[in-house]
Amino acid sequence: MPLSRLKHMKKTTRSNLITFAIVIVFYLVVQILSGAGVTSRSFEGQLVPICAYVMLAISLNLTVGFLGELSLGHAGFMSVGAFSGVLLWTVLGDSVPVYVALPLAFIVGGVVAGIFGVIVGVPVLRLSGDYLAIVTLAFGEIIKNIINACYLGIDENGLHFSMTDATSLGMEPDGKMLINGAMGITGIQKASTFTIGIVLVLITLIVILNMINSRTGRAVMAIRDNEIAAQSVGINLTRYKLTAFVMSAVFAGFAGVLYGLNYSSLVASRFDYNTSIQILVFVVLGGIGSIRGSIIAAALLTVLPEVLRGLQDYRMLIYAIVLIVVMIFNQSPQIVAWRKRIVARFTGKKDEKKGVA
Amino acid sequence: MQFLSYLISGISLGSVYALIALGYTMVYGIAKMLNFAHGDIIMIGSYVIFFAFGSFGMNPILSVILSMVVCTILGVTIERVAYRPLREAPSLAVLITAIGVSYLLQQVAQLLWSANPKSFQSIVTGIGLKPLVLFDGQLTISAEAIVTIIACVIIMVALTAFVNHTVPGHAMLAVSEDRGAAQLMGVNVNGTIALTFAIGSALAAVAGALLCSSYPTLSPTTGAMPGIKAFVAAVFGGIGSIPGAFLGGVLLGVIENLSKAYISTQLSDAIVFLVLIVVLVVKPTGLLGKKINVKV
Repeated sequence: MPLSRLKHMKKTTRSNLITFAIVIVFYLVVQILSGAGVTSRSFEGQLVPICAYVMLAISLNLTVGFLGELSLGHAGFMSVGAFSGVLLWTVLGDSVPVYVALPLAFIVGGVVAGIFGVIVGVPVLRLSGDYLAIVTLAFGEIIKNIINACYLGIDENGLHFSMTDATSLGMEPDGKMLINGAMGITGIQKASTFTIGIVLVLITLIVILNMINSRTGRAVMAIRDNEIAAQSVGINLTRYKLTAFVMSAVFAGFAGVLYGLNYSSLVASRFDYNTSIQILVFVVLGGIGSIRGSIIAAALLTVLPEVLRGLQDYRMLIYAIVLIVVMIFNQSPQIVAWRKRIVARFTGKKDEKKGVA
Repeated sequence: MQFLSYLISGISLGSVYALIALGYTMVYGIAKMLNFAHGDIIMIGSYVIFFAFGSFGMNPILSVILSMVVCTILGVTIERVAYRPLREAPSLAVLITAIGVSYLLQQVAQLLWSANPKSFQSIVTGIGLKPLVLFDGQLTISAEAIVTIIACVIIMVALTAFVNHTVPGHAMLAVSEDRGAAQLMGVNVNGTIALTFAIGSALAAVAGALLCSSYPTLSPTTGAMPGIKAFVAAVFGGIGSIPGAFLGGVLLGVIENLSKAYISTQLSDAIVFLVLIVVLVVKPTGLLGKKINVKV
């Protein structure tokens, strides 16, 4: 009897199932609507970015919500993942069947982002609080600058690499530019679809939700709540902090590949500090430490500017005002207390009416 | 000679960073928040000068003062409306609000004055100062660089004196040390924080005037990158410390200019940030930051 089993399930399991259900229902509804031809082109163009941002928000939430460290460089991992994955995809091209090349691109993107997670994480996780935030921000900017200065080409003599300009590569005339500095990678064969996006979102959810509810996840949360207490009961701080941080980087890398393969060109300046901030906004508005909140916030806020398109110049202004108002409304202790009073009065009156009746 | 000229323009750029970093560091020290909108206050201040001096032909010094007044009012208003309700909220909430304010200022500027860059008329040449020529013309120091460096040193000395030798300055120190205890001792905490925002914003106006005089393009995003760099400078020198902000700003400007000149223009920002990471890993609280031991 599935219904009664649902009732007796553990609270976390049920909550996780609801999260999965939301994603799957969203997928089905969109598929039905687009099959019926109701959805607009601009909305369909947003579907893959939504999946990518959802993955980014979930993975950043692991760092911010569960590890409790503020990261302002999440777009850096996304960028590294996107460039390595897309690069492999263009190099492999038609020589390898799609069903081999595509998973390979994702795996390489994730692994490279993970390696960068280790490189950044080892020194960075010694710091704490705002210092950690600024170093992650610096890391994101470094990645952007380095990729912007990268020139990589391929011809019959093999790969050519330079950090100054395209002419210094000394390529044969029939050679092909792979990364052209600030112009990035061009002529990408688009491969991302909404279905791939949703599958990746589900994989992200399965891995991260399981990790959070595992021994590792509890250790990570113990470190967040009290580092000294966690250390004193024998939790290896560096190991668990690094695990969470690297995992967050890996999924940002996957999201980067998904995002990169959705467009015909890829430039590093797209993954700047504003993108990191945007992901952080998803996490904070959705609720720090709430995976489901991250998903909903990322999806809604990615669509919002499109919905407000009719307002043209005013849409970013409205976005900014919404951001400030929501933060004050949700987080200010006075306003939260005031809201509770209103709710109490409202429900209290209801009870009185019941009593009278 | 060439090296000297790069060095001087680096110090001049660094002085601007230092002025902006002061705003960050004071606000961080006292309110324990990262005011991401600080860079955008610089931008608004620069627009005020652009219109007052460039379009209406106002006296350059008067237009800087006007800009300082506007920025002060703006800074205090932002603090009152957006940050004060969140004084007791988690720091991440305040951070996001500050980001919201930053977007808001940029968007308002874009709606009012369009996204097209405007060419800023240097206020320093507006006063009538000439570049300094040394060693029979081998070394030319722009008047902007001289004014920037002198202004920065004067402001730094004045601010240090203000914090260490006046009653409101002591109140600022007390609030940054322990807000609760300061309140119990009768310090007006809200007033002190508002004062800090006022000073930081006025300095941002000065920084904007000097920055746009040396780099004369003005657009709604002008403040963003110098804002981030100055924030890095503040952390570099040890956030919360006034001499630290000065040292961090100048070092950052010099490193940036020298790496632009001798290594690579494209990679100069990467080098700046890399130096920051190295410094923080070796000395986690910045160059002049205080180390606070956590007690159980």
